[in-house]
Amino acid sequence: MSVSLEKGIHALKEVIDAPIASYFESCVHCGLCAEACLFYTETGDPKYTPIHKLEPLRRVYEQEYTLLGRLKKMVGLSKPVTDAELDQWQELVYDSCTMCGRCSLICPVGNDIVYMVRKLREGMAVSGHVPDGIRSATKRTVELGGPMGLKWPAVANVLRKAEEATGLKIPVDQPGAEYLVLLSSMEIVNYPEYIEALAKIFHKAGISFTLASDAFEATNAGIQIGNSDLAKVIVSRIVDAAEKLKVKKVLSPECGHAYMAIRWEGPNLIGRPFGFEVVHVLELLDELRQKGVLKMKDKLKDPLILHDPCQIVRRGGVLQAPEPLIQQVAENYIPIVDKQKWNWCCGGGGGASAIHTEEAEALRAKVFQIKKRQIEEAGVSTMVTFCANCRIVMEEGFDHYEMNTKLLGMTELLAEHLEN
Amino acid sequence: MQGPLIDTLARQGITRRTFLKYCATLASMMALPPAAGRAMAEAMAAARRPSVIWLPFQECTGCTESITRSHSPTLEGMIFDMISLDYQETLMAAAGHQAEEARHAAMKENAGKYLLVVDGSIPLGRDGAYSCIGGRSNVDILKEAAEGAAAIVAMGSCASYGGIPKANPNPTGAVSVSDIVTNKPIVNIPGCPPIPVVMTGVLAHYLTFGSLPELDEKGRPKAFFGETIHDRCYRRPFYDQGKFAKTFDDEGARMGWCLFELGCKGPVTYNACATVKWNGGTSWPVESGHGCLGCSEPDFWDAGGFYKALSVPADPLRIGAAAAIAGAGAGVAVSFANRAKKNVARQTHETLTVEDLEK
Amino acid sequence: MNELQFLTWVRGPGLDIAVGIFVLGVVWRLFEIYSLGRKKDLSTPRHAAGASGLHTVFRRSLPPPGMLKRSPVSYIGGYIFHIGLAIVVFGFAPHILLVTNLTGLSWPGLPSQFVDLVAVVTMAAMVVVLVDRINKPAKRFLSTFEDWFTWAVTFLPVLTGWMAVQHLLLPYTTMLALHILSVEILLVVLPFTKLFHAFTLFGSRWYNGRANAQRGVPV
Repeated sequence: MSVSLEKGIHALKEVIDAPIASYFESCVHCGLCAEACLFYTETGDPKYTPIHKLEPLRRVYEQEYTLLGRLKKMVGLSKPVTDAELDQWQELVYDSCTMCGRCSLICPVGNDIVYMVRKLREGMAVSGHVPDGIRSATKRTVELGGPMGLKWPAVANVLRKAEEATGLKIPVDQPGAEYLVLLSSMEIVNYPEYIEALAKIFHKAGISFTLASDAFEATNAGIQIGNSDLAKVIVSRIVDAAEKLKVKKVLSPECGHAYMAIRWEGPNLIGRPFGFEVVHVLELLDELRQKGVLKMKDKLKDPLILHDPCQIVRRGGVLQAPEPLIQQVAENYIPIVDKQKWNWCCGGGGGASAIHTEEAEALRAKVFQIKKRQIEEAGVSTMVTFCANCRIVMEEGFDHYEMNTKLLGMTELLAEHLEN
Repeated sequence: MQGPLIDTLARQGITRRTFLKYCATLASMMALPPAAGRAMAEAMAAARRPSVIWLPFQECTGCTESITRSHSPTLEGMIFDMISLDYQETLMAAAGHQAEEARHAAMKENAGKYLLVVDGSIPLGRDGAYSCIGGRSNVDILKEAAEGAAAIVAMGSCASYGGIPKANPNPTGAVSVSDIVTNKPIVNIPGCPPIPVVMTGVLAHYLTFGSLPELDEKGRPKAFFGETIHDRCYRRPFYDQGKFAKTFDDEGARMGWCLFELGCKGPVTYNACATVKWNGGTSWPVESGHGCLGCSEPDFWDAGGFYKALSVPADPLRIGAAAAIAGAGAGVAVSFANRAKKNVARQTHETLTVEDLEK
Repeated sequence: MNELQFLTWVRGPGLDIAVGIFVLGVVWRLFEIYSLGRKKDLSTPRHAAGASGLHTVFRRSLPPPGMLKRSPVSYIGGYIFHIGLAIVVFGFAPHILLVTNLTGLSWPGLPSQFVDLVAVVTMAAMVVVLVDRINKPAKRFLSTFEDWFTWAVTFLPVLTGWMAVQHLLLPYTTMLALHILSVEILLVVLPFTKLFHAFTLFGSRWYNGRANAQRGVPV
């Protein structure tokens, strides 16, 4: 057994718990999770059946934590997990799983499959069976501060531009503010309008906020690669900054997995509850809408549909905010069949969008067909979402299929139509 | 009194018409075509009475009682007039050496042609010493008598399957006829006691066709043992409706509901009681309110209790409690081992750094 | 061994052994699985979890939106054979009698003609789901020896029970004995195969419901 494999199995032994045991014992191989997974529905390849992606984890569970499995292992009746196998599984665990969690909602025996994928990634990461794209994104986040290698001076530059565009002050490192605003590199680079929109809305609502120069990045590649040690290093920056600045709340940007990382995994990573509240920007917006602060000067006329990002809605629990918000700003919002917690993933979540191999990109394009179908069935040419990663992945999809669908960010759309 | 049977019957005042009717009934009971009744009558009327030797072994004489007494006023009883019963300890006038001589004489005279009827099981323990006649063990007598027999009728459950003497722990080492004799045709007529008409039916068949009736895999005449008591039971509709007597004196019992829950073995007992009934068609156990004991089935005595419903096991919960404790023991042991293993894994956790990410 | 001895054995020592292994297996496996424990979730719950775990236990019995259309055989076939098994196991008078004699619990049985019909429908549904397992790529891909084996082990008690009642192929005594034997095999293998989902399903649904309730998602 190689050292890396040994480490991987060691990591799995650490994370296997009663729910995982219960889930594996409950599986009846009905294959219904396949029907929940866009990688199966769009390719028809049964190897993408979600529960199959967990086969190495299942065997480690059986061989390490069941009496019969241990006996079988002792007499050499069980197939050990090997490096070669994990290498083969890398595609199944990273390229073709976006941790969207749809399977966890479908499984008739109630298995939380995505929970297990997250745990399996712990072993994959430690044993080195991770895609290069995610590995380098993680490395950049830990070493440089963000997955794209973005550093504070560049961010400060973007903030300055936003201040100029809006004429509003964007505070930095301001202690005692109500909100510490986090950003994602993708937004900073690709959608700087988000920052402007946020400044406008905060100003309108009269809420104090600040950015932190040592913790502006909300994304957490450690979660995506699946290593809690690294994820902890990354999330600690935010916790430290929030506690140093003594803010009441931390505002997660639209980015889906960033919200997951701070709101739900964060306290578990650092091993204690937070002394501050974590709020997703849509939750804040909806609260403002209910207070009547979020008044629109006009509404968007184009018929449009909503793409509910998995990590925010299905996995994050921001279920109620999106629809009232979109209805606030759009006149022709068309609810689609698989909406809210049933929505289909963009195809690039869970770190998949960071994998730039030819096969991974071709696969992403293929599974994007499900989004394409949703748009075509609704007969719209506008889609609104609230996750920077979803946006990038879907823009790529539109390019691939030469669709002229317009993709808008929720926060920007609201800011654009905000009453002056 | 040798000579054609019809003459014997005529002497006793039995008309040819009555005899024909009897044969027709017998044929229909044995599920033979109507023409067989006539053939039977003709054959039997003309037949010379065959010699029959009846050997009683480890038995209670219930079989003999059944055949002689219960039907004495009917024609079945007279079947004894169709045969030459040369040896039957209970019925014969002779005793002691005289009786033994009669048997030897009959065996000699009718060698290879006589019919051997056996009731009772044969004890093999202590060289057969548990049951002897005239100083000879049953097994000895049986072997000797079987040698010259044309066929053997094992009368009753003891002769057929070992019966009550063979019940656990079988102290005498009782066995059935077919356990000892393997080179002769044997008809088993099980029952404790067997139904008289089955006996007469088999004899009539033998007289008519010179052969034994069709037997099932347990050596029983199919005509009488083809169906279970349960299938032909007049209380069967109650079973299908789920109406069961719960005790012997509850409302259900008074309503004549199914006795399954009271331990009736009808579903697993192959016999003709439900159709032929007993005491000249008067009644039969289930009709009188008691479940079938399954007395015509092998080892019925050890089949789990007469008053335990067939679907009720002996007592699996007793072992269940022990098993639960053992299971909990095994489970707790595995739990401790697992938790220890997981704790070790946690304690020996090596924090991953970005440098480690490089392969 | 004759039929009645066979029947006596399966009703007596056989059943003792089977129930023993079953009970032992179930208790041991439950300890083994659930003693692994789980970490407390330190994140602030969106709202109190309440009975969310229990809700999921029930909610998962219904097909999620759109799934009935995607995999009708799995759901309809699955419903029919699970409910059918329940009716046959708990509605047939002799079965109730068994429970009554063991535990004292009693409830009215269903007419045997109805139970008979249900048994036939159940077997038909089981054959259909088997064919579905062979035909559907994902199901076939996941299938191992255990899947075929457990199907047979579940099917046989229904088949033998029905055949015993119908007096098919073998004498009733033999068939009844085979029926009980097949149930014993089912009992013995249940704790050690995927059939154990009959127990862990509740735990799994509960964990899933509970974990997602932390985030405010009814699953």
